[in-house]
Amino acid sequence: MATEILMPALSPTMEEGTLARWLVKEGDTVSSGDIIAEIETDKATMEFEAVDEGVMGRILVPEGTENVRVNTPIAVLVEAGESVPTGAAEPAPRPPAAPARAAPTAAPAKATPAPVAKAEAPWPEGTKTKKQTVREALRDAMAEEMRRDGDVFLMGEEVAEYQGAYKISQGLLEEFGAKRVIDTPITEHGFAGIGVGAAFGGLRPIVEFMTFNFAMQAIDQIINSAAKTLYMSGGQMGCPIVFRGPNGAAARVGAQHSQDYAAWYAHIPGLKVAMPYSASDAKGLLKSAIRDPNPVIFLENEILYGRSFEVPEGDDYTVPFGKARIWREGTDVTLVSFGIGMTYALEAAEILAKEGISAEVIDLRTLRPMDTATVIASVQKTNRCVTVEEGFPVGAIGNHISAVLMQEAFDWLDAPVINCTGKDVPMPYAANLEKLALVTTAEVVAAVKQVCYR
Amino acid sequence: MKISEKLARETLLEMQRRMLRIRLFDERASKMVKRGYIPGTVHTSIGQEAQVVGACMALKSGDHMTGNHRSHGHPIGMGSPLGPLMAELVGKATGVCKGKGGSLHLADYAVGSLGESGITGSSIPIAVGAGLSAQVLGEDRVALTFFGDGTANQGVLYESMNLASAYKLPVIFLCENNFYALSTPSHTVTGGRIVDRAAGFGMPGVRVDDGQDVMAVYDAVAEAVDRARRGEGPSLVEVMTYRFREHSEGLRINVDYRNSEEKQFWTARDPIVLFREALIAAGIATAAEMDAIEAEIAQEVEDCASFALESPDPEPSVAFEHLFTDAYDLEDVL
Repeated sequence: MATEILMPALSPTMEEGTLARWLVKEGDTVSSGDIIAEIETDKATMEFEAVDEGVMGRILVPEGTENVRVNTPIAVLVEAGESVPTGAAEPAPRPPAAPARAAPTAAPAKATPAPVAKAEAPWPEGTKTKKQTVREALRDAMAEEMRRDGDVFLMGEEVAEYQGAYKISQGLLEEFGAKRVIDTPITEHGFAGIGVGAAFGGLRPIVEFMTFNFAMQAIDQIINSAAKTLYMSGGQMGCPIVFRGPNGAAARVGAQHSQDYAAWYAHIPGLKVAMPYSASDAKGLLKSAIRDPNPVIFLENEILYGRSFEVPEGDDYTVPFGKARIWREGTDVTLVSFGIGMTYALEAAEILAKEGISAEVIDLRTLRPMDTATVIASVQKTNRCVTVEEGFPVGAIGNHISAVLMQEAFDWLDAPVINCTGKDVPMPYAANLEKLALVTTAEVVAAVKQVCYR
Repeated sequence: MKISEKLARETLLEMQRRMLRIRLFDERASKMVKRGYIPGTVHTSIGQEAQVVGACMALKSGDHMTGNHRSHGHPIGMGSPLGPLMAELVGKATGVCKGKGGSLHLADYAVGSLGESGITGSSIPIAVGAGLSAQVLGEDRVALTFFGDGTANQGVLYESMNLASAYKLPVIFLCENNFYALSTPSHTVTGGRIVDRAAGFGMPGVRVDDGQDVMAVYDAVAEAVDRARRGEGPSLVEVMTYRFREHSEGLRINVDYRNSEEKQFWTARDPIVLFREALIAAGIATAAEMDAIEAEIAQEVEDCASFALESPDPEPSVAFEHLFTDAYDLEDVL
């Protein structure tokens, strides 16, 4: 019986990859465990093993093909003597596997689409841009700042030889050497403290946490040493340091590896907190963070690492802290989000537009300082607000925004603000349960309809 | 006590001055707690002066030091003037941290302190980071970190020792072993000897059994400092000493956890008395000269107390300053 071989997901967050090379040809006998192809993702090149035995009946995706979606049939395996079934010969263009989190709702046919007013790009007209992944943008930001300032260095687990557990520090060891790109042992409390001490001693460290889940081990150094020393010393000793790494849920890695710490760090006076969504903001904000003379928590997202966006060219593109970005202008409701929450906010806005609801979408970009002025101004126009974030609901960023709006824009509100958040449970493992625990686009759409009384 | 021949007379006398400063400063601080001038409590270094001064004076200008919760002595040992320290304890605008740090965060950066932490163990990796910065920047400086026998059981100490050893950093880990973590006898909660733990990290470990002998402490730490300066990496020095007073001032513990024989043995080994006698016996100073030094320091402490009490309170606006080093409007954070 013929078996379709599907494009494998080589990591929980992989959505597509390049079929770099076939190591077998049609007619070859294949045993379970044989390496049959090389698959390239933006993280690494990996070998792809056959699971079943048989004869390579047909190769459906030739080598060198880029952007092959996960679960696309790439070959057909048949039993010895069997011919390839005709249906499989011409691979039907399957719809790509739906992204795990997308939950589009069908638009009612009769709705009048709202006018789509896209906000202008946040760089001057005529700026040359190129398409880059968030991963590349972060790497470029570090490399450019390390070229600019000899005191900047990177330390963390796997950052040097292995070039980053998520391949963010590619090429940095080669360019800057072992004194400035330092592999640490697995010792978060220790190396976070050493980073702070190195900042006190005249350097500008970038400390990478393999994920922010592990930074829990280092929280004393982040809060008590990095955030408080300037204040406790009466302004004498500052701490120019960036703590960065992926934050929030990846996919299917369970409760201890799937938590959004945005609200935790935003709670702390003395810390600056950035949580970019796009590649250009990742780059511009990280460069600002490295130049900042204060401790910065820089919250990245594993799922966003591989996403591509337009990024201005050149090595001096920075994004200031405390300035939100309006991604989409609208008149009926204000959606406020940051980080991966923007994915749901923008998807929801697209769906809502088809139903005649015009949503303004604001990316806070930094949570400390937080550009509440932009949110207030927007709500004064739309009179409604829904916040979107992945973190837990109690003490959420959205709670804070609601409070600010109540104090500063009470008379403009036509409906209570709704906070769409992750659910009040640790992240479950099973795929269906995980979906339930995360905030979804459908929930954002429903919340908007509720505040719009639709 | 054997007086080191390597040290100039003025250095030896300065050691005694600094030990006296610590003693009299902390005695005065204790009184000021009882009279209500200092809020909360303080942890005095009385009895441990030799261990503090012997270690600090093995450093040179430009070196770094981190302290802990019992840490008035550390900046004094590094040469801090007393007025801003006492003003900080009282919470005055003229305090070394403008009245925003207090007893547990008495950081005088001018003398190489990188701060002190009331979270025991927290300032240990800071010193290791200072060592890393020296290595990366190619600067000739070492970092000394003080921690107690109680903190010797904190995990971060071992993360720090490992990193310092793995990277060969110029760091001296100094354990101030006064036998008790608050009231808990260390030997009841500590496996093995603290000094022996150095071997596990591939660094030398030295124990100074008589930490009341300032010369012995100085020699042991100076050797570790030399080694660090030569680029040979960190060392652990464990100094056996004793605090003459309670864990903290005003603390009333109904359990007599230290027996009187033990107390008598150690209080008879007063580091300041021992060093005074040794200096006189060696012909370095006369009794009259030592008396004069004691009077001089007593006056310094009088002056520092008056300075502290007469200084103004911090301006209220200072409560909202020093969050960030560049202009940062709190309104933005709202």
